[in-house]
Amino acid sequence: MKKLILGLFMTVLPALALAAAPGVPLDTMEADHTNKASLQRGAATFMNYCAGCHSMEYARYKRVSDDLEIPAELFEENLIFTGAKIGELMEIGMDKDQAASWFGNAPPDLTLVSRVRGEDWLYSYFRAFYKDDSRPLGVNNAVFDNVGMPHVMVAQQGLCAVPPKIGTNPSVDPLSGNVRGTDICDDWAIEGSMEPGEFNQAMYDLTNFLSYMGDPVKVERERLGILVLIFVAVFFIFAYLLNREYWKDVH
Amino acid sequence: MNKLINWVDERLPIVDAWNKHLAKYYAPKNFNVWYFFGSLAMLVLVNQLVTGIWLTMSYNPSSEGAFASVEYIMRDVEWGWLLRYLHSTGASAFFVVVYLHMFRGLMYGSYQKPRELIWIFGMLIYLVLMAEAFMGYLLPWGQMSYWGAQVIVNLFGAIPVIGDDLSLWIRGDYLISGITLNRFFALHVVALPIVLLGLVVLHILALHEVGSNNPDGIDIKKNKDENGIPKDGIPFHPYYTVHDLLGVAVFFFVFFLVLFFFPEMGGLFLEKPNFEPANPLKTPNHIAPVWYFTPFYAMLRAVTVDLFGLDAKFWGVVVMGAAIAILFVLPWLDRSPVRSIRYKGWLSKIALAIFAVSFVILGYLGIVPATEGRTMVAQILTTFYFLYFILMPFYTRMEKTKPVPERVTG
Repeated sequence: MKKLILGLFMTVLPALALAAAPGVPLDTMEADHTNKASLQRGAATFMNYCAGCHSMEYARYKRVSDDLEIPAELFEENLIFTGAKIGELMEIGMDKDQAASWFGNAPPDLTLVSRVRGEDWLYSYFRAFYKDDSRPLGVNNAVFDNVGMPHVMVAQQGLCAVPPKIGTNPSVDPLSGNVRGTDICDDWAIEGSMEPGEFNQAMYDLTNFLSYMGDPVKVERERLGILVLIFVAVFFIFAYLLNREYWKDVH
Repeated sequence: MNKLINWVDERLPIVDAWNKHLAKYYAPKNFNVWYFFGSLAMLVLVNQLVTGIWLTMSYNPSSEGAFASVEYIMRDVEWGWLLRYLHSTGASAFFVVVYLHMFRGLMYGSYQKPRELIWIFGMLIYLVLMAEAFMGYLLPWGQMSYWGAQVIVNLFGAIPVIGDDLSLWIRGDYLISGITLNRFFALHVVALPIVLLGLVVLHILALHEVGSNNPDGIDIKKNKDENGIPKDGIPFHPYYTVHDLLGVAVFFFVFFLVLFFFPEMGGLFLEKPNFEPANPLKTPNHIAPVWYFTPFYAMLRAVTVDLFGLDAKFWGVVVMGAAIAILFVLPWLDRSPVRSIRYKGWLSKIALAIFAVSFVILGYLGIVPATEGRTMVAQILTTFYFLYFILMPFYTRMEKTKPVPERVTG
């Protein structure tokens, strides 16, 4: 019987390894929801550059303000541009039908985008725009071919004349969160206001924020998880002793 | 307290029921680790019912509001995320314990005479559970909910003559729509749970009538002491109630490890496209059912030939249906004089091992996109799956079995 179980395991293990999806090579990033400074910077970037077109209609401003420890007044003054109250959902004013005629598709809601696409994809995508005059907006993306979105942060990143090198070098140190291997473009068509390393950090923060938005309870969940597992382990000890006591008289 | 019990007992046989099912229900003393999964299935069932009730309080069963209401539960409802993850992880856990429980039955011949009805009630539970899971999966109204339901309901369309009308009748619309969502919701939260509970009661009543099997497959009732108590039996309560607590603790450890740290289980328990709201105009690149259906899905896709003027898809549905239907007649396929795999011959052992491995690999093949090579592997494994049953009357008779001991071996 043990052989049978072992045999089962041996058949399943390679299958699990194969299950990893192939596709475009991506840069990797490790989200860190405890890094409040990074999340705050990411939130600021999102509200200033993304929230004009992209809603987060399943989440509320208040939750972000509370979780990221941004005082409510400061948040309302500097990060809400729609005139919404802080308890409201993060909706936008742009009409979906009109947006679809401008960009081809209406800009998607981004509340859960990190759970659909994954953090690595987002982090790579943000940095993968390049100049392509055959496209209606003059830009294309090395991760998302024929993308409908303009390069919103062209003033900061600049615009690469050729497809940037994505997925070739490790870009964020998973331990410290520090950015390394910063240069992904050989030939800039437009120079940006940020150094490549600076921009990578900004996009790390933005991705980190989107990752938090997709799963805002993660930190609390994992903290509770430890306590629950400790409780179950202690419960096991008592259950074991109780069981042993009763089963003494079974021979 | 005693007075109260007496008062009730004179009007309702509670003491009798307590004794019959717990305190004087004699179970074999040699249950091993495989015997935890029955009580664990009960535990998960209770979890699904309780968390389901609370989820219903905040869920909105409409195509406009369903997706947003799930996110509302995840973000705004107090402990809503925990309820939702308990329910979604519980759904997968249910199938894990049920599959292991069924495998136990296969190993130790628990379906053999006189336990045929227990097996059939169990199979009905499995069938209802699949329907329950399938309908529940539509409720979050994500992309995979929508397209998964679309694909599965369309399967009924493969049936000749009545197929199209049948799938139309199931959906209540030409596409999966809010109408479908509402009826699936009604079935998921009211109709199927009632059926499920009724079947569980029948499963246990039938079990307690004939008594539990054990890893040796020995009938412990043949060996009774002077008081008419089986020599190898021990009262279920307290011995197995405290024993099952151990199983509960181990199960909870794994269950909560997944729930708190890997609630999506890498896309197996909660699929990535399901974090995007259902969009009837955008088909996902790759549609795969949740892992517990994938062995049957792989069998469906393995059938690629048109036969007798009927579409391959129809025969795929037939094969898929047959794969489940054949399990029902299992008690009459096994002709072995012994129950347990311990005393069966090597043919039975090899057959069971091939069967189990085939089922697991088919499960994997149902998750990944089909390629020519994979389809061929799926065809071979589907054949193995059926051969396990079809050849059973022969290999269980042919093989030389080992002598079964008089008393359980522990």
